[in-house]
Amino acid sequence: MQVDEFALGGSWVHKLDPRVKIAVTLIFSVVVALSNHIEVAAISLILPVMLITFARLDLRKVMLRLAVVNGFIIFLWAFLPFTTPGETIYSIGPLTIQREGLYQALLITLKSNSIILMVIALLATSQVFTLVHAMSHLWVPDKLVHLFFFCFRYIHVIHEEYHRLVNAMKMRGFKPGTNLHTYRAYSYLVGMLLIRSFNRSRRILQAMKCRGFKRKFYILHHYEMKRCDYALVGSSLVFSILLMVVR
Amino acid sequence: MIKLKNVSFKYATQYVLDGLNLDIEPGDRIGLLGDNGSGKTTLCHIIMGLLTPESGDVEIFGKKRTKESDFEEIRGKIGFLFQDSDDQLFCPTVIEDVAFGPLNMGQSPDEAKRTVTSTLQLLKLSGFEDRITYKLSGGEKRLVSLATVLAMKPDFLILDEPTTGLDVQTTERLVEFLRESNLGYMIISHDRDFIKMTVDKLIEMKAGQIQAADLNSLEM
Repeated sequence: MQVDEFALGGSWVHKLDPRVKIAVTLIFSVVVALSNHIEVAAISLILPVMLITFARLDLRKVMLRLAVVNGFIIFLWAFLPFTTPGETIYSIGPLTIQREGLYQALLITLKSNSIILMVIALLATSQVFTLVHAMSHLWVPDKLVHLFFFCFRYIHVIHEEYHRLVNAMKMRGFKPGTNLHTYRAYSYLVGMLLIRSFNRSRRILQAMKCRGFKRKFYILHHYEMKRCDYALVGSSLVFSILLMVVR
Repeated sequence: MIKLKNVSFKYATQYVLDGLNLDIEPGDRIGLLGDNGSGKTTLCHIIMGLLTPESGDVEIFGKKRTKESDFEEIRGKIGFLFQDSDDQLFCPTVIEDVAFGPLNMGQSPDEAKRTVTSTLQLLKLSGFEDRITYKLSGGEKRLVSLATVLAMKPDFLILDEPTTGLDVQTTERLVEFLRESNLGYMIISHDRDFIKMTVDKLIEMKAGQIQAADLNSLEM
């Protein structure tokens, strides 16, 4: 399981100040999310697409991630055109396709893809740990930052633990079916994972205490705003304002 | 240096440590034997202040330790290596994990980076700085865990089953490091060969107490 596969690169996009990345992504997402025009949503795609190109990400993998998001959006296309009241443009038997519904579906598709691409371009190109640091620099509450960080770090370990348990079940001839035995086995599995995670979290805290942890994280790499950071802030602000005034 | 006097500790109703006495001097190289569940790990956790004994005194560096803040002072000086390296390594990269302790001790980021470099060198792990901790092999994880402990420049080490799951090569590296270092340490282990090569004093946990054991008894 590799969560931060896009972070392993050396382009200038990767090296941008993570604080800038978070701030820019946030502003961009809000502007795009609030826009109500297809033109604006379509134009907004330009910035993330450019950044992804500069970051030289593996386009196949980017597409895979987009596919996941669009998997949910397909449902909107299945319902919105038929259910939004408006001008009928086509009818199939009892179903009628409405122009407004199509418009809404397209708008949502463009907006979400644009935001997701921006997140991939800027956030996914940073190591999660750097983002965590950046969050603490951006006055995000400590508890939230730590929660986010430990979730990320131990997903992998818990995932491994899950596989060990599942394999152990398989080795003893467990075949899932639709019966009480299966449900009970799965509930034991989930329960065991919870207990193990809890115990592990206690051991981790102990190990951290042994290394002098006093509820404060120190930062090894400090950030400095470079010219390309200011350039990104400037250009994306201009771009966002343009998006707002287009209509 | 580490003195436990009449220490008792119980889980639920069962006493695992029952009036235990222990005296460790700087430079001691001690092997701690004992059956599963005999309280070896509990003993170490009490020394580190992770568990509070029911009764008895814990005296470390000539001062009685009772509160969390008492133990915070000693945690850099006594390095504790956990049984499971995944508990110990929690930062994404090796450099950050090894720097965690030194930063907590108040080193500046630059000092901490220098400490990391020299510690990794000491364990022949140079070049591991940017490796992802959870992708290291079991042996590498153990050595990096040891590096995170050594980076705090401890006077004494407590190693809880350091060779469990290690291959012969990594075990040999560990033996070589321990023998060449001038640190005192206490090792919990069931690995008799490993103990034989690294310690010069043997003790055993029995019925919640510490008993002296004969090093030659390992030969059998």
